Amino acid sequence: MSDMPISAAPQGRFDHILYVLRSNPVTMIAFGMLGFILACAILGPSLVPYDPLATNAANALQPPSAQHWFGTDQVGRDVFSRVIVATRLDLTISVLAVTMSFVVGSILGAAAGYWGGWLDIVLNRILDTIMAFPLFVLAMGIVAALGNTIENIIYATAIINMPFYARLVRAEVNIRRDAGFARAAKLSGNSDLRVLALHIFPNALPPMMVQVSLNLGWAILNAAGLSFIGLGVRPPTPEWGIMVAEGANFIVSGEWWLAVFPGLWLMMAVFTFNLLGDGLRDIVDPRKRT
Amino acid sequence: MLSVRDLAVSFQTRRGQVDAVRGVSFDLARGEILGIVGESGSGKSVTSYALMRILDAGGMIKQGDAEYSGIDLRNASERDMRDIRGREISMIFQNPRAALNPIRKVGHQIEDVLRQHASATRVNARAKAIEALEAVRIKDAQARYDAYPFELSGGMCQRIVCAIALACNPRVLIADEPTTGLDITTQKAVMDLVRDLIRERGMSSILITHDLGLAAQYCDRIVVMKDGEIVEQGDPLTLFSTPQHPYSRKLVDATPRAGESIRSLLPPEDRRPMLVHAIEDGPLVQVRDLVKTYQGKSGPVHAVKGISFDIRQGQSVGLVGESGCGKSTTSEILVRLLDPTAGQVIFDGEDIGAIPAKGFARNPRRADIQMVFQDATDSLNPRHTSRQTIAEPLKRLTRLRGAKLAARIEELATLVGLPLPLLDRFPHQLSGGQKARVGIARAIALEPKFLILDEPTAALDVSIQAVVLNLLVDLRAKLGMTYLFVSHDLHVVRLLCDHVIVMKDGEMVEQGPAVQVMTAPQNLYTKALLDAAPTPPERRDQTLMTGVS
Amino acid sequence: MLSTRPRLRATLMRIVQALPVVVGVVVISFLLTRALPGDPAVYFAGAAADAESIEQVRVAMGLDKPLLEQFIVYVGDLLRGDLGQSLSTGRPVAVDLATRLPASLELTLTALLLAVVIAVPLGVLAATRPGSWVDHLCRVVVTAGVSLPTFFTGILLIYILYYLMGWAPSPIGRLDFIYLSPEHVTGFYLIDAALVRDWETWRGAASQLALPAMTMALFTLAPIARMTRAAMLSALSADFIRTAKAAGLSNRKVLYGYAFRNALLPVVTTLGMVFSFALGANVLVEKVFAWPGIGSYAVEALVVSDYAAVQGFVLTMALLFVALNLVIDLLYTAIDPRTGFLSS
Repeated sequence: MSDMPISAAPQGRFDHILYVLRSNPVTMIAFGMLGFILACAILGPSLVPYDPLATNAANALQPPSAQHWFGTDQVGRDVFSRVIVATRLDLTISVLAVTMSFVVGSILGAAAGYWGGWLDIVLNRILDTIMAFPLFVLAMGIVAALGNTIENIIYATAIINMPFYARLVRAEVNIRRDAGFARAAKLSGNSDLRVLALHIFPNALPPMMVQVSLNLGWAILNAAGLSFIGLGVRPPTPEWGIMVAEGANFIVSGEWWLAVFPGLWLMMAVFTFNLLGDGLRDIVDPRKRT
Repeated sequence: MLSVRDLAVSFQTRRGQVDAVRGVSFDLARGEILGIVGESGSGKSVTSYALMRILDAGGMIKQGDAEYSGIDLRNASERDMRDIRGREISMIFQNPRAALNPIRKVGHQIEDVLRQHASATRVNARAKAIEALEAVRIKDAQARYDAYPFELSGGMCQRIVCAIALACNPRVLIADEPTTGLDITTQKAVMDLVRDLIRERGMSSILITHDLGLAAQYCDRIVVMKDGEIVEQGDPLTLFSTPQHPYSRKLVDATPRAGESIRSLLPPEDRRPMLVHAIEDGPLVQVRDLVKTYQGKSGPVHAVKGISFDIRQGQSVGLVGESGCGKSTTSEILVRLLDPTAGQVIFDGEDIGAIPAKGFARNPRRADIQMVFQDATDSLNPRHTSRQTIAEPLKRLTRLRGAKLAARIEELATLVGLPLPLLDRFPHQLSGGQKARVGIARAIALEPKFLILDEPTAALDVSIQAVVLNLLVDLRAKLGMTYLFVSHDLHVVRLLCDHVIVMKDGEMVEQGPAVQVMTAPQNLYTKALLDAAPTPPERRDQTLMTGVS
Repeated sequence: MLSTRPRLRATLMRIVQALPVVVGVVVISFLLTRALPGDPAVYFAGAAADAESIEQVRVAMGLDKPLLEQFIVYVGDLLRGDLGQSLSTGRPVAVDLATRLPASLELTLTALLLAVVIAVPLGVLAATRPGSWVDHLCRVVVTAGVSLPTFFTGILLIYILYYLMGWAPSPIGRLDFIYLSPEHVTGFYLIDAALVRDWETWRGAASQLALPAMTMALFTLAPIARMTRAAMLSALSADFIRTAKAAGLSNRKVLYGYAFRNALLPVVTTLGMVFSFALGANVLVEKVFAWPGIGSYAVEALVVSDYAAVQGFVLTMALLFVALNLVIDLLYTAIDPRTGFLSS
């Protein structure tokens, strides 16, 4: 038998992940940053030195110092505390929105990709129509129509993200619909639904996870963008977009810390998810690295 | 003409340095056609890329020399190499459609080469390109000049690739698996053309192929490569009659040819006596006026146009034809993955063609009809271990669970010769042959009465094909299965099957006992197919195993 | 060989296919205005309205009629170019948008042009020199670029280039007070000023445009560079590149004649997505730089709950995007000879 020797050490998925991580320290850093952001979101509110809402007119517009690491804003609130506390809100909005689009998009996309036919045609028409709007503009329209609340920001973000998942799942399911292993599963006595749910869909998950990671970053950007133009989150709630918007008024007079720190923090969070997405892409498929 | 001494090529990969070619030496004489034969990963293609200095990123010539007419190919400047490529040494590739720029007219692609090597000017480029097209016997070359690759057939694309390669009258042509992926009649047309052109122009050529039979037919001398080394070289006749190296002997044995038994594909020490498989008179499967029509973009596509045949209990029927003949559609209908447009599929007295494919998973007949798929890699779920894969039909369609299930899986693994430790591996950790075994184990797990084999060895190297074919023959006898063997390879069908059906364009053109169809074909198309199959020379040892077939 | 008829048919088909999308856009805009959970008449009447004026609005807009009838009226209004009255400016929304649209277009198109001019060569260089400094630069720009919130980049650029360095003019719109806006021909200040050879005004407009255009370009060049690099890498590893090399074609010919032309196809496709991002980012950038385009108009309208204005803006943006996508697809049809012959 000229087959592969049996004694060769199995090259498991775990080995591969370890290899990729070791050869790509950037992904390791990204995982570290993710841990930090999650810690800020979970523990932040109980650890920050000041009440993020407490005003102190005597102490307004102080530049960064030992007492106030990120300085204070126009009504004397501690920018550092506000930035850290905002992590939870921004992360919650994007995680909820992405979860919704993931679930809805996966179900619709998988069904359309597997069965095709009118279902596929109708779904594609709907997705085409959603994608026919510049997505951020559509989100503005939705929030304006549904009402200016945080929940509606989440719904709007979910709706504009959904087409990406539906399209990705549709494509991934579609290329595997007639794959040998899917046909073999039918011969083994699996119904169509079982073949789709247990054999085809799990194989579409890795590229989905990459999309989730990249999408989380994008969802945070969108949510912050919406609150920057005055939608959803209302002052004085600490939120990165709204803090940048308030700080923008002071930038031309040189009080840079009001806008720069929340902006940097927002950037870091988005950057982390993007790095993570690229890293996951390497783990999932080294050839697709771009 | 071309002289290679101790050539070694290595690739820088993430697992460190990999030696693809290790100290290869050979000469190419003026006017000679040299065959380089080896299985996948033997370094045969890499050798030719190294000569042309077009190795992929990370590849480098580590040592050795290559000399062409006094030019040191290893140390020549990139500018000199560019002049050599296309003008002195040319290359044609496998998968001709992908080898052409998809968005550039083929005429312009030929002109690019002519202009590059100053063989044509702006004024006469078009005329010269058309000449080049005519030289590769393309009819209506004027019109073809303006065609894009996607408008042409695979065989036509390979002619265009030849035209590009030969446009500047090079002295050497390297052909890298030029007919892989082409149908057998197209393969013959392309190979005959290449040989005639080389002989006419007094060129030398290197033919790189995995098919020893093809090399023997077209080459003056053959070099056999394994694991980056040359194990043997000589003229085809000597190589086939008295192979010296154990590997070339194995390769010679495994190459299917006329008038032998399936056991003779194996090395002599592995040739156990054939087991008897009994054929009964009663039909197991009766196909009546089977029609399948798809709704295509430009009108209906008639994939199967009303075919009828019987398969007797215990019989092995070969279904032969070129791509697009409807053989895969037919087998998909028989295995009940696809619904026929019209006609009957009577299995064991019941018209199963009338049962919709959608609900067939829950039909009690499901376990009786199984299939081994074409591409073992594609047919295994990448996220399931071999054990999970083999367990799937048992869990869905039998009541076996727990220890009994585990015992049955191990029994099946042993039956197909899959070492038990491999049961817990994922497909990407298995070799091609091992994956094929897992696929076969899954297909026979329910002890089906009727097994459809859809080109089960098409993706395998020839030595592994020999092992797998013999395994299938043994299982047939042990389990008393009836086979429908779908293939494009007539030699293989002859070895495995009792009865042969030949299909063309959705119709059955001939059927009959295998021996009769293969030796005295009645139909012109069957004759053409048989003619096109490469005929390797006779072997030295004619001590055939007495096989029952 | 290649007859033009299937290509012509594909082109016409593509234009026809844009129609259901336009219908879908109109339906969604309608739903966003009329099928709100609350009482649309209250929204349209504005925050300060009393019960009587709400009722007036309801009757005036036909909001008391069945939904289907409302839709027909809505479509009829659209066909006549009537997007309703803006509460805040008191003028028809369509007029407001038309006067402000050139400012948005000038900004967006300049930024996109800038992004393409930088990103495509960057992606090509990165793909042809893997592992070099260009490649690393490309990777940093790509990952950082998509992580930058446009509104934050804009503020940062203002702080550095205006407040600290004093290189850029103050971020107060399209033209400083000291200049007179050029005579309206296209509405694009750069073009209008050039037409009358008023180079001083041209310079003034250009210097105002520089920062916002840079901000948007930074954001949009990342996806273009990423796609160019990926497409170029995949084109370079294609079989036909090996054929071209083996035939001795020069590096130039292989890179630009063969690989780049093929790589352009996916890049052109990505441009559609990039336009979507750019039009969205446009709103944020206009707010940061007080740019008098339709984006800042919508933001102002949002603040005072001027619904007709917001919905008019959303519809305009969508129609603009549909038109841009159509242009991209027609461009693709022109480059790819296979259009109309192969199913996708």
